[in-house]
Amino acid sequence: MDFLVFQYPMITVQACLDGILLGVLFALIAYGMALQWGVMNIINIAQGDLVILGGYIAYFMYLYGIHPAWGVIVAPVIMYFVGIAIYKLVINKVVDRDLFISILATFGISILFMQLMNFAFGADVVLANSGYGTTMLFDSNVVLPNSKIFSAFISILFAACLVIYMKKSKLGRAIRATAQNARAAKILGVDTEKVYAATFGINAALCGVAGALISITFTIHPYMGLPYTIRSFMIVIVAGLGNLPGVAMSGMGLGVFEEFADYILGTEFRIGSVFLLLVLILVYRRFKLSRKREYLK
Amino acid sequence: MNKNNLVLYSGILIFGLAAPFLFPAFKVQLSILCVLIVLATTWNIQGGEMGYNSFGNILFYGLGMYLCASVQVGMFFPLAEWTESGGEKTFVHTPTQFFQGMAVGLVVAAIVPTIVAGLIGYSILGLRGHYFAICTLGLGVAAGEISGGIEIIGAGQGFTTPPFPDVGSLEARGEFFYFLSFFTLILTFIAVRSIYSTRFKLILNAIRDNEDKAEAMGIETMKYKIIGWMISAFFCGLAGGIMGGLVGYIDSTDVAFDGREMGVFMVLMAILGGKGTLWGPIIGATIFHIFKEGFWTFFLGWQYVALGVLIVVIVIYFPEGIMGWLREKYPERFGEVIDEKDRKAQVELK
Repeated sequence: MDFLVFQYPMITVQACLDGILLGVLFALIAYGMALQWGVMNIINIAQGDLVILGGYIAYFMYLYGIHPAWGVIVAPVIMYFVGIAIYKLVINKVVDRDLFISILATFGISILFMQLMNFAFGADVVLANSGYGTTMLFDSNVVLPNSKIFSAFISILFAACLVIYMKKSKLGRAIRATAQNARAAKILGVDTEKVYAATFGINAALCGVAGALISITFTIHPYMGLPYTIRSFMIVIVAGLGNLPGVAMSGMGLGVFEEFADYILGTEFRIGSVFLLLVLILVYRRFKLSRKREYLK
Repeated sequence: MNKNNLVLYSGILIFGLAAPFLFPAFKVQLSILCVLIVLATTWNIQGGEMGYNSFGNILFYGLGMYLCASVQVGMFFPLAEWTESGGEKTFVHTPTQFFQGMAVGLVVAAIVPTIVAGLIGYSILGLRGHYFAICTLGLGVAAGEISGGIEIIGAGQGFTTPPFPDVGSLEARGEFFYFLSFFTLILTFIAVRSIYSTRFKLILNAIRDNEDKAEAMGIETMKYKIIGWMISAFFCGLAGGIMGGLVGYIDSTDVAFDGREMGVFMVLMAILGGKGTLWGPIIGATIFHIFKEGFWTFFLGWQYVALGVLIVVIVIYFPEGIMGWLREKYPERFGEVIDEKDRKAQVELK
């Protein structure tokens, strides 16, 4: 326990800024999850592992002497095809089945990915050093790595591009139509199978971007996937499906929460507090809804 | 109970009692199998019969594991010094102390998780479907992460359970744990079987099939859901306590709250055998354990890859499980009356 955070106000500023920059990244991952949840009604437990895989792509570019920031462009391209492959092999067989089946199937994919990454890349905690330096604010009391600012900026850029793409393009319209009513979209000539594949691919590509940014900003490890899944799930249930400003806000809120939990409870309880927060949020929602005799659907 | 059943049960009982002497090399494996069957069968109570698919029963399992070991140590020695000294045997349990500690520990390990399940049940079981699944997944992982930060139970380095005392025979340890887990299995089986022959099971099935209608029929669904979960928790805690002693070492995320292994295994075993049947989880656990041990031995290192593939394959191609498949093939054996005309009509349709 460390109450320094209350005695020394600059740490509060530091934690808030760190949390917001981190939260933007979470929001990007959560956006992908909201997209596929809304369109295909699938909760992808392997979401976090896709993020980590994207991170390893950037890390390997760094190892081979290419600046890891280019991973932001390469990772989504590779991850898009990985996503399509996962869809064709597994997801299209569970799309219209019971939700628990899809949760369990993606859980299996998650374990598979975790272990394959462990074999391929080793069990070390790694990071791709971008060499961007740091920015000092408020008389050097607040230190922000430039890589964090860069990653937040890139996340916003990608999210904005995707929002525009979903609004304007033909595929985006098809995706939105399928999300509203898959059967009606099918009748009107939308190839829903293709839309599903594209949605999953786009989600994986977003995970790839986020992963590349995480490997620059923080660290990656083959087993670190599940917390990202839980975070994005949490953000989506707080914000609600199809509420983009909500996703951004709750993402940043979660980031700030984590930074404070880190300062107050200590780093060893950081992940635990995230999972506990999920439970608390779900229980809170359940009691709020049960007053109206409803339940989370 | 008809004659066939009597023969079957006594056959299994005799085999179970004779097994450690017939296959002395497999005693530990057989004990683990018993624990796995207990876990799968009790998961099936709320996962299969009640329709509440939980990833969080690992919470009770891990809780039982830590509680049993802590009580066993704490009854005779200071717990903090024990965990600090780690595996070095500063304190040695005499046989009497060991067995007394184990007995009290198992009672605590069974009762406390039951109470915990009752306390959190009211809030958690109000969630439905995938929200419940993810919430319990979070609960299990959170428990693992948090227990990994608590100093007195060993934090990150783990917790060594008391070593088995020297009672003169080298085989004693294996036999003790085998019979302990085997009797737990029998206890679980009798309990579950008697539950399944009462109205309680029908209520659970009604909740699974349509909870709103069940409530409209005047069933207090929440009460029965909590009781169902508490029964699961009771046996999970017991199984955890035994497993802790059997493994001899407790680590927060790799042994106790191991959502990636045991937490998925129990779901997988129940699904493999067939959800919502009495024998399904037992058959599923046996097949799964044989497969797992074979794979773990011959393809060391690739076991998680195999596990991932296995989950995907079972879930996609085999969601009804072995019992479900048998039921489709031989419906008469399951007491379903088939109208011959109807069957012929269906065959013609195909």
